[in-house]
Amino acid sequence: MQWLSAIVNSFRSLLARRREEQALSEEVEFHIQRQLEQNLSAGMPPDEARYAALRAFGSSAAVREETRDAWGLRSFDVWRQDLRYGIRMLGKNPSLAAIAILTLALGISANTALFSIVNGVLLNPLPLPQPDQLVTLHESKPNFQTGAIPYLNFLDWQSQNRTFSSMALAKGFAFSFTGLGEPEQLRGLWVTASFFGTFQVAPVLGRDFTPSDDQAGAAPVVMISAGLWKRKFGGARDVLGKTMTLDGRNFTIVGVVPETFDLRVWNDQASAVYAPMRQWGHPGLQNRLAALGLHGIGRIKPGVTLEQAKADLERIAANLAAAYPDANRGTTANVVPLKQSIVGDVRPFLLVLLGAVGLVLLIACVNVANLLLARSTSRTREFAIRAALGAGRRRVIRQLLTESVLLAMAGGALGLLLAWWGTQAGLAALPTALPRASEIRLDGRVLIFVAAISLLSGILFGLAPALKTSRAQLHDLLKEGGRGSSAARHRAQGTLVVVEVALALVLLAGAGLMLRTLAQLWKVDPGFDSRNVLAFGLSFPPSLMKASPAAVRGYVRDLDEKMKSTPGVQSVSLSWGAFPMLAEDDWTFWLDGQPKPQSESEMDWALHYVVEPDYLRLMRIPLERGRFFTNQDDERSPYVVVVDDVLASKFFPNQDPIGRRIRLNGDDRPAVIIGVVGHVKQWGLDSDDQNTLRAQLYESLRQHDDGAMTILPTVGAGVAVRTAGGPGGMIDPLRHSLHQLNAEQVVYNFETMDQIISESLAARRFSMILLGAFAALALLLASVGIYGVTSYLVGQRTQEIGIRVALGAQRRDVLRLVLSDGVRMTLIGVTMGILAAFGLTRFLARYSLLFGVSATDPLTFAGVALLLAAVALAACYIPARRALRVDPIVALRYE
Amino acid sequence: MDHKTEILQGTLDLLILKTIALEPLHGWAIGQRIQQISKDVLQVQQGSLYPALHRLEHRGLVKSDWGPSENNRRAKFYSLTKAGRKQLETERATWERLSTAIAQILETA
Repeated sequence: MQWLSAIVNSFRSLLARRREEQALSEEVEFHIQRQLEQNLSAGMPPDEARYAALRAFGSSAAVREETRDAWGLRSFDVWRQDLRYGIRMLGKNPSLAAIAILTLALGISANTALFSIVNGVLLNPLPLPQPDQLVTLHESKPNFQTGAIPYLNFLDWQSQNRTFSSMALAKGFAFSFTGLGEPEQLRGLWVTASFFGTFQVAPVLGRDFTPSDDQAGAAPVVMISAGLWKRKFGGARDVLGKTMTLDGRNFTIVGVVPETFDLRVWNDQASAVYAPMRQWGHPGLQNRLAALGLHGIGRIKPGVTLEQAKADLERIAANLAAAYPDANRGTTANVVPLKQSIVGDVRPFLLVLLGAVGLVLLIACVNVANLLLARSTSRTREFAIRAALGAGRRRVIRQLLTESVLLAMAGGALGLLLAWWGTQAGLAALPTALPRASEIRLDGRVLIFVAAISLLSGILFGLAPALKTSRAQLHDLLKEGGRGSSAARHRAQGTLVVVEVALALVLLAGAGLMLRTLAQLWKVDPGFDSRNVLAFGLSFPPSLMKASPAAVRGYVRDLDEKMKSTPGVQSVSLSWGAFPMLAEDDWTFWLDGQPKPQSESEMDWALHYVVEPDYLRLMRIPLERGRFFTNQDDERSPYVVVVDDVLASKFFPNQDPIGRRIRLNGDDRPAVIIGVVGHVKQWGLDSDDQNTLRAQLYESLRQHDDGAMTILPTVGAGVAVRTAGGPGGMIDPLRHSLHQLNAEQVVYNFETMDQIISESLAARRFSMILLGAFAALALLLASVGIYGVTSYLVGQRTQEIGIRVALGAQRRDVLRLVLSDGVRMTLIGVTMGILAAFGLTRFLARYSLLFGVSATDPLTFAGVALLLAAVALAACYIPARRALRVDPIVALRYE
Repeated sequence: MDHKTEILQGTLDLLILKTIALEPLHGWAIGQRIQQISKDVLQVQQGSLYPALHRLEHRGLVKSDWGPSENNRRAKFYSLTKAGRKQLETERATWERLSTAIAQILETA
């Protein structure tokens, strides 16, 4: 523990320095006085006694100096001296300091901003108690690893598992909220009673759900978000016990959920209301075949691993498959950490960006190193003199590193400000591109990161100039008259420029490939025409909840008519089930004439679209054979379906599917195929081709039976509308028409189809924009670097150029002389950059960030190489022009 | 040159620790005591006592208190800490091993 006591004492000495100095003086004085007394009593004459006492003690100054060393203050003193000197040196050359600090601030701010994103999104634990125990639960099917869980299966998982302390089920839902101001659409979740208990989140007001709330026949209760509580109920405590009307039913408010609970796993927006699952009353809850989009959440018991929990659920799923083969054969269970479920998609993008932004900082460091190298010319004399006075090499390096770390810290401080501002601005501009965006902030870890990269870059860019300067031979320095070992320095500067050109090329290549990827994706035909199509959600008025099937059919017709008669609307279709890029629904079927498969998992799967006759014309999906639905295909006419070309060629290869029959699971009637239409990229422009579930099946909504019609009002439907002009302007007229039809009609989530496609590319665009910005920054820094070195060389060679011009050199010769250096550095840099990029862009491909373009796309590489070369040459040309203006007389006289 | 100082320094530390093991002493008295006990064989350069004392104090082996001296002036008295006592024992053992070994070599070789 001696080292600890030494550290503590060092600090104490530092704080109490003056007092310690005084004490030491007193101690020394006492000693000499005591010796003097002894000498006197031994009979020495006073003068001699005093002299002898002083001699015996030795140099009091040296003793004090050495004693101070013992306090551990020496290195601190030297450091303080270096720092003071460094500040003075930077002050002497403020423009150089400013350029260096600004360059570093740019590099550090970009890194800080990105790190704060990575920190907030990937590194920080979720803001929930013991978040590492939380997982999402899924039933996995042959074609889908993260499927929904049928309610009855979940109850068995819940009661039979041994590895979870708690689990719950949730279903995202849109409630129409009426009776308090304007009717509005609320995002919400149907949850089992254990939902908040699983998260270990307690209500800020009122109580959590109890198991008795989630029973058939229980009184309807609801918990609301703190946001809704404040917005609609003024944050009053007497909100408990009040009723709110959701989908026409009265729910009693029993609790308020804390504001910090903002989970967006199943909804892309935060939920405003939570109600017990059994209140949903969906008949599918009692059917092991119906998953209904129910997603599970679980908290693993302490000490249990993810694998053990998964194995436990798999065991239960296997038992269920044996007990209920019709529904469960071939299905098993899957467990995914909650954090991964939330942020899984953006991880590769963020990691690639973090790598890219690191390169930007590297370029910034190279630039500053170059600046310092250039300056070291003018300081060679200073260090020669210091060396002559006995400064060791270490001492010189230490001085120079202190100065560069000082610069880096200033750059870091400025960079932190820029990053703070930039992150706020960036997140405000791109709110939906990232999950957990609201959790991004500058916390302790980000501050440590800034300090660490500032220190590191200070050492990084300071080391080369420091080593170079300190190595210079004292003798040579003084002899050269202050011009220094210039050849060696030129070589170092040239190397640095080559490095930064190469780094810039790597970044440009990455950005170029991302840009090409986006361009390729925009060219992909989604299978429909997205222009002038508006999509939105529709909740039926509460009065229809218990209406007869005929009344529902009548209301659907009224809806169609009302919307179609709105000026500017060309065609309208309600949509149930799947919707391109927005909603996903699948159904099982088998070919008519074959025996019904034993279980659902042995049947064939298709994406399932339930639409109205106008849908095909509205979406402009090409009809390849046969016909699409007409108004005559209704509940009384023969049951017909339309398939896409993928389903047709998979199940009816080289045959005409028209007139063939298939059987849809759960429907007794055989369905006749009446038409084949083009495939729609349901899974997005980029990944549709890789998806295993691509076959598509269309049904007409009007052919659905009475049972389906009674469910329709409780679950709502989607609507697609083709408009004559810009679809954005049609939102208010449509809202108005529907309000006229029924004042309690709620419509929500208006989005144009173009927006939907654009959002499906949001993460790519986000990373393309950032990578592009980093590449532009890299290009700027690299060209500034080349410019700096070239103009420095021109300055050094003014005299030589003057002589050449005096001897008859032409403008072209001078230009060639100056440019040749720049061209050589650029070409070497570009070549090395291409080689490095060949190695690094493979990561883009590995994380499947590229689409329709190879990681070594020659066009992109050639393009960015040309761009970089052109910019670099332009940067050389400016100082070259100055060289042309050199007046030989002035240049020669200058010496 | 450096090497020699180090050895001397180590020895000086041991002597200081031993000297103040019995009672707290101020710097001048420590020097006198070493000189007396060694019968004037060991002459301590008086100034070098203080860096050594402060170093020992810095390492927590020695503590100091101001008190009245024998001539009734304010003086800084040094005494051993618990860690210092332990250190004295180890250094003394090391020293004895070393001197025995050297003595043996000198006698037999």
